[in-house]
Amino acid sequence: MGAKTLLSHSLRIAWKDLMELFRNRLGLVLLIVMPLFMMVMVGFIYPSNGNVISDMPVALVNEDVGFENSFLPSQTFILGLKQVNDQTHMLVLSNASSMVDIKDMIQRGDLQGGIVIPSNFSESLMNGEQGTIIIVTDQSNPQISATIQATLSAVFNEMGTMLAQQNVQMLNPTINANNSLAIVKPYNVQTEGVVSGNPSYFDFIAPGIMAMTVMMSVMTGLPVAISQEKEIGTMDGMMVAPINRLSIILGKTLGQTIRGLIQGVIILVLAVGLFGVTIQGSIFLVFGLLLLGVFSFVGLGIVITSFTKDQETAQMLMMTLMFPMMFLSGVFFPIQQMPWYMQGISNFLPLTYASNALRKVMVLGAGIPAISTELIVLIVFGTVMTAIAVPVFRRMMTR
Amino acid sequence: MIKIQGLTKNFGKFTAVDNISFNVKKGEVFGLLGPNGAGKTTTLRLLSTLARPSSGTATISGYDIVKNDNEVRKLIGIVSEKMILYDRLTAKENLWFFGSLFNIPKDVLTKRINDLLELVQLTKWKNAQVGTFSTGMRQRMNVIRALLNVPQILFLDEPTLGLDPQSSVEIREFIKKINRENNTTIIITTHMMVDADLLCDRIAIIDQGKIVALDTSTNLKKLISGEDTTILNLNIANLTPGLIKTVRALECVDSVTQENSTHAKILVHGTEAFDSVIDAIRMKNGKINSMENLQPTLEDVFLHITGHQVRDSANQKIQLENHGPFARQQRRVR
Repeated sequence: MGAKTLLSHSLRIAWKDLMELFRNRLGLVLLIVMPLFMMVMVGFIYPSNGNVISDMPVALVNEDVGFENSFLPSQTFILGLKQVNDQTHMLVLSNASSMVDIKDMIQRGDLQGGIVIPSNFSESLMNGEQGTIIIVTDQSNPQISATIQATLSAVFNEMGTMLAQQNVQMLNPTINANNSLAIVKPYNVQTEGVVSGNPSYFDFIAPGIMAMTVMMSVMTGLPVAISQEKEIGTMDGMMVAPINRLSIILGKTLGQTIRGLIQGVIILVLAVGLFGVTIQGSIFLVFGLLLLGVFSFVGLGIVITSFTKDQETAQMLMMTLMFPMMFLSGVFFPIQQMPWYMQGISNFLPLTYASNALRKVMVLGAGIPAISTELIVLIVFGTVMTAIAVPVFRRMMTR
Repeated sequence: MIKIQGLTKNFGKFTAVDNISFNVKKGEVFGLLGPNGAGKTTTLRLLSTLARPSSGTATISGYDIVKNDNEVRKLIGIVSEKMILYDRLTAKENLWFFGSLFNIPKDVLTKRINDLLELVQLTKWKNAQVGTFSTGMRQRMNVIRALLNVPQILFLDEPTLGLDPQSSVEIREFIKKINRENNTTIIITTHMMVDADLLCDRIAIIDQGKIVALDTSTNLKKLISGEDTTILNLNIANLTPGLIKTVRALECVDSVTQENSTHAKILVHGTEAFDSVIDAIRMKNGKINSMENLQPTLEDVFLHITGHQVRDSANQKIQLENHGPFARQQRRVR
């Protein structure tokens, strides 16, 4: 049987599968809603414009007893804090009477943090010692606790620098402002990325979700599509036709791939339109990578199909495989964040390579040479799996 | 047309089809009759290349079902028990899809689809999704789907299963028509005696994977109602196991089947049989309410050959006792 007939039968089967898909209204809506949900959720949980945690309720306690009737240091500090906060709106400052009071309010959930100026604050500073400021944090929420700690430290640091600068100038009036800054803070750090602009967490996550959705749809769609037809008996209608068995796999795969790509495009449009993601690299390379990802997963999907008798088992098996894969392949969290053994596992997952490559192309504008390792891994994985899958599938079909 | 030699199919340790051999002639309507799980469907799946035999061979028009499977597929059509139709496609789309897998030229296929839809009076519904059809309409669709490639052999697996009597009649008439007009060879599996009786030229009775009898309906019936064999249906008010035992012990009685608490079916031979049975019952103080002389049905044939009923094997224990010398003698395997 010629390649042309094989292809024409495959196209027929793909057409039939897609017809069924498009006639299923609810399914079609879900096809669009599912990636939308995923995008919106991830997009808003991890906001794209950096540090927008704002308006955290924080109380201020001033226990400073002053030094020789002067409250200047603590008042300067409070003034400075308020000035900085007026610009950033990170905090909602209120007053509290004591440390105990703050802890009490944090326990009740009224506050997320507190700032305490101890009684000897002015005294220490006036005596040429360090002034200590205590930050009280809400440990029940590590993330907010860490953020408050970081932002307050940054604020205090900035204020400390300003104070030190003033002191230096007081000691030696001949020194100008720039030089005094250089004495107090000799190093200045500037960050520069590979591409211009400031990629957000969303830029990090969008390529991964695209890769995941497209492959998930092939990996789950294929076993479900095949085992469902086996279950309702329509598979026999194709099996009894004088067609190459390969065209059944090919047709089914084609149908599912198109379904996956449609979802991929939806995600891409949402990512660019709603969340301001920019694609730095070639859009053709993006689609090429998605297709390659599909290819690498098809074999796995077919092998699973061959080992499961009904749709339910197929779906359960897929979920069992998909779930760890989602988290271990660096789609949501950087792999480097994981312990070494988890990183080891993630090195065996094709999704890791697909989302990595896609990220490099979309965020960093990489070309083919930069992603050659990922390309090779995906091609090898796909070829090996397909080589295993085809004979397994043939045997399953004629039991 | 079809030659089957020692065809066997094992599923693990279970033998679904056990060394069967028979031939089917061109234009014949051939029935495979047996209870659920007898191996009818598996036989059909083997012949239609949907399953591979564990051993043995079969050829269809000279083509081997394993080696020349694609050649075989061009010659056959299959109406399986599960309907091979996509609910979300329209009638026309379904036929077009399956037809297009057979490399039929477009114009020929279009004409054929229209003709077939017309034939089963579904033209009006050709653009409606099959999911909206009634069971009868779906089954008609299911049958014409199998005719798209104008098969020389049509396999039908329980074609009247789950259909109301009227739809069953329609399908039977339709099958006859196809057989008559196109001289299509038809192989049909069923556990419905009516189907087998009304449709089939020859019937193979299949039980536990083996063919236990093969002949025309009339000849099969002669197995139990020969020149001096008769089936008696007795209604006895006080039917006891003792009574049945006594009757069974009579020389003229071949078998006794208790139907329910008052009815017994007795197979007898010889001219003195009536008197002997009645005398024996009266001797034991049995009270006969009524007695009738029955025409044998295929069900009786099946019962006597296999020792259990087709529909269910619930009363198997009682009936296994019928599995006596008579049943074994009468087994004719071809």
